[in-house]
Amino acid sequence: MGVLVAELLAGLANAAALFLVASGLSLIFGVTRIVNFAHGSFYMLGAFIGYSAMQVLPGAIGFWAATLVAAVAVGLIGVIVEFLVLRQVYKAPELFQLVATFGVILVIQDLALLVWGPEDLLGPRAPGLKGVVHILGEPVPSYDLALIGITPFVLLVLWYLISRTRVGILVRAATQDREMVGALGVNQAWLFTGVFFLGSLLAGLGGALQLPKGGADLLMDFNILASVFVVVVIGGMGSIPGAFIAAVLISVLNVFGVKFIPQSTLVLMFIVMAVVLLIRPYGLLGREEAPGEHGQVGDPEQPISPLQSTGKLVVAGILVVLALFPIFDSPFLLVLMTDVIIVSLFAVSLHFMLSLGGLVSFGHAAFFGGGAYAAALLVHYVDTPMSLALLMAPLLAGFLALIIGWFCIRLTGVYFAMLTLAFAQLVWSVVFQWGEVTGGDDGIVNIWPAAWASSTTVYYYLTLVIGVGGIILMRHVAHSPFGYSVRASRDSILRAEATGINTKRIQWVTIAFAGAMAGLAGGLFVFSKGSVFPTELEIAKSFDALIMVFLGGVKTLSGPIVGASSLTIVQDFLSRFEYWRLALGLLIILIVILAPEGLVGSARKLGNRIGLGRSEGPGT
Amino acid sequence: MKLKTVLATVLAATTFAASATFSFAEDTIKIGDMNSYKRLPAFTIPYKNGVDLAVEEINASGGVLGKQIEIVSRDDQGKPGEAVKIAEEMFTSDGVVMISGSLFSHVGLALSSYAGQKKRLYLAAEPLADALVWQKGNRYTFRLRPSTNMQAAMLAEQAVKTGAKKWATIAPNYAYGKDAVAAFKSELTKLDPEVEFIAEQWPGLFKIDAAAEVQALKAAEPDAIFNVTFGGDLAKFVREGTLRGLFEDRTVLGLLTGEPEYLDPLKDEAPVGWIVTGYPWYAIEDPAHKKFVAAYEAKWDDYPRVGSLVGYTTMLSIAEAIKKAGSTDTEELVEAFKGLELDTPAGPITYRSQDHQSTLGAYVGTISLDEGKGVMVDWSYKDGANYQPTDEEVKKLRPAE
Repeated sequence: MGVLVAELLAGLANAAALFLVASGLSLIFGVTRIVNFAHGSFYMLGAFIGYSAMQVLPGAIGFWAATLVAAVAVGLIGVIVEFLVLRQVYKAPELFQLVATFGVILVIQDLALLVWGPEDLLGPRAPGLKGVVHILGEPVPSYDLALIGITPFVLLVLWYLISRTRVGILVRAATQDREMVGALGVNQAWLFTGVFFLGSLLAGLGGALQLPKGGADLLMDFNILASVFVVVVIGGMGSIPGAFIAAVLISVLNVFGVKFIPQSTLVLMFIVMAVVLLIRPYGLLGREEAPGEHGQVGDPEQPISPLQSTGKLVVAGILVVLALFPIFDSPFLLVLMTDVIIVSLFAVSLHFMLSLGGLVSFGHAAFFGGGAYAAALLVHYVDTPMSLALLMAPLLAGFLALIIGWFCIRLTGVYFAMLTLAFAQLVWSVVFQWGEVTGGDDGIVNIWPAAWASSTTVYYYLTLVIGVGGIILMRHVAHSPFGYSVRASRDSILRAEATGINTKRIQWVTIAFAGAMAGLAGGLFVFSKGSVFPTELEIAKSFDALIMVFLGGVKTLSGPIVGASSLTIVQDFLSRFEYWRLALGLLIILIVILAPEGLVGSARKLGNRIGLGRSEGPGT
Repeated sequence: MKLKTVLATVLAATTFAASATFSFAEDTIKIGDMNSYKRLPAFTIPYKNGVDLAVEEINASGGVLGKQIEIVSRDDQGKPGEAVKIAEEMFTSDGVVMISGSLFSHVGLALSSYAGQKKRLYLAAEPLADALVWQKGNRYTFRLRPSTNMQAAMLAEQAVKTGAKKWATIAPNYAYGKDAVAAFKSELTKLDPEVEFIAEQWPGLFKIDAAAEVQALKAAEPDAIFNVTFGGDLAKFVREGTLRGLFEDRTVLGLLTGEPEYLDPLKDEAPVGWIVTGYPWYAIEDPAHKKFVAAYEAKWDDYPRVGSLVGYTTMLSIAEAIKKAGSTDTEELVEAFKGLELDTPAGPITYRSQDHQSTLGAYVGTISLDEGKGVMVDWSYKDGANYQPTDEEVKKLRPAE
């Protein structure tokens, strides 16, 4: 009995930081519709600033004062980020702000390294709460009890703020319909800034409060991010009581999971999320999103059209240039360009389902890595020849996409995205955990191309033919009757159904096709590197693809190619410098502000404005 | 127009690549060194400092083969695919004669596979995976740091002496953790067939839920615990475990726990009485080591970590191998590395010709508190040569060349 109580209390205490960070994220999403990837960075900053403040402020009062100082400081940093970066891009296409917050992550990572140094900082213990209290004979840290008390208190304050004050009414109104709130004369900009302040403050508070249970280190931003998203989604995006319930649920389940199935630590919360979403598609306390609720932000989309003759000529020109690259006699240039082509294919495949199909995937790496692992496993276990492995990679990845898609098409919007993330994590953990077959995180090595393709130049040509072939195929499909059905299902499910299109089936096939093409990229990848590791299935890999698509321009067909090429090349160049993440982060933020439609989208707009490009027709 | 943008990007690519293809001067010998400088800076920056110190000393004493050594240093970003790309660039554009470095096992394995395929030399500095020199070993890969198996064997030797029979293990849920637990189990069972392993805990790497893990371990009631967690996980585990009384009257063994990288952040909460592998740099009286510490502190105004020793020794090894080979030809360097003997601050080491593993050892001791920080006492240096599988076993483990 005592043990059970101690375990339960441990779970409740763990829920504290998770709830604080998640409630901030949920609040920000509810009002501004921004999926703030940088929220983990705010949490990390809370820990670092709290640590520093605790070094200066003495005693018990100093400890709690330092915690509040950290929370307010992080809140203000949030305001700066909102004011300088996000305010510039509210009108950009939906989810474009992701890219901006990704830039913020990179900047904060390097700045934290600069300011606090590389070593992990062990958090100071709370004065007066260093010991344990015996409950039913079991020692329970007294600070845990403090945390268990603080969490409902914060929940209560938030509840009061939101349901009993004018600000709260505005926040709720904006969560329901922000256009209408604006129309009624409320200054939306300041409302957003205020919400960002509060949300960031909560993240900072979470970071500072967990110090006595851990510390501050440079990996905590990414480490908490996935669990926070899971909590927000399980609770229902925008619902703070939901976040509380979900945080407690996840933390308590985790304590018992650790006890009975010690290996479950990697995947438990994703399974819980998948189950919850399949039963309650909008989370425990979330509400259904009205169709078109956050609909079209920014200018209406230009319909895509096939390339005109000039365009075809230019593409042919580029292909000729690419085919001539080997005359530079620089093997590294070919290796780099091989990477660029593979990544472009990957980005285009995501773009196909995200932009044409309206199916935002946060877990596209599952298909890229799935294809890579399919090829590698076939070579490793049954000595499959390279050409057959390259054929099987997209087929098996497409099959995986069929399975995952079958579950995911039940959901829409951000919930769809989060379910793809959950499945991607599931795939990742299977590969990671099943070491006997997949090699675990030691991966599968020595998967090199067949003898005839082993020279860098030949493999480059092979990648060029297959990669560009795949990209052209996707463009072709986009303009086929199937492609029209895909876009019809995205734009209006009701009208598409009325014309006899089975929208769910179309979406399902779209996911499978995009997954297969990502798998093809994965197959090419594994032979170019000679090995594959679970890193290719990680969340970070999925995010990379998202960043590329948005950076290039989500509403254009060539956007993902431009985004993938420029990001890969710029990153390769910048990583030579010590603080490359800072530079890359700032560059991304700059692009986001200057080109809110992505590189291609904004270039096209500029072109149209100064009178170029009309002759060719829009949307190339 | 987007097409212009595409064109501009392609041109930009060419320019970048062309700028990377500068010709290299022939009066230096270039070594390509990479590590995860951003993913785990706490461990890799001391490595880099050690590398730089060694190169400075080697060059001050005239370099090798009459030439100065030049390091081409890059961040591998902790991504195997990036590491392979960078290796390709180092060899084909920068003109390095060999590559070295890396901390993560998966990066090390990817580079090793690359080295084997392209017939280029790679000295793995820090990755611990046993497979690197065994199942996935190849002619072109050597490894400096004592492997997981060697360090686990050293601790198993200590474990027998404690007399504990019922063991529980806690290790991060990834290859290094799993290898370490498996190696410890097999070595300990060899030495004492009566031991039982009654619980295994597998927290996610850097995502430990310390309270839950501690409660689960307590519930199992073991006599002794074998700990493989490190970094932030270790700090949380130690704090929760101490508070909740997990370590009272229990023997605890810690792999790597005594390394300054992991022990020093714990300050006065260092777990007294744990038997650990580590690096008591402050207490090693050997003149060669004292000289290394003095030089390191003079140059960096900081004390050395294990990473520093490894980085320093990596470069010493490379210089010695080039001297022995009398050339920078890859095949001759490979032959030179086989059986290469050299003196390091930790003592003499040999690169075994049968499996390409160096005999660099580790320090085993007990954690104690000294002026508010953890130190290792009653330590001794365990020569890596004594913790190797037999030649027959190696033959079975390694693929034929």
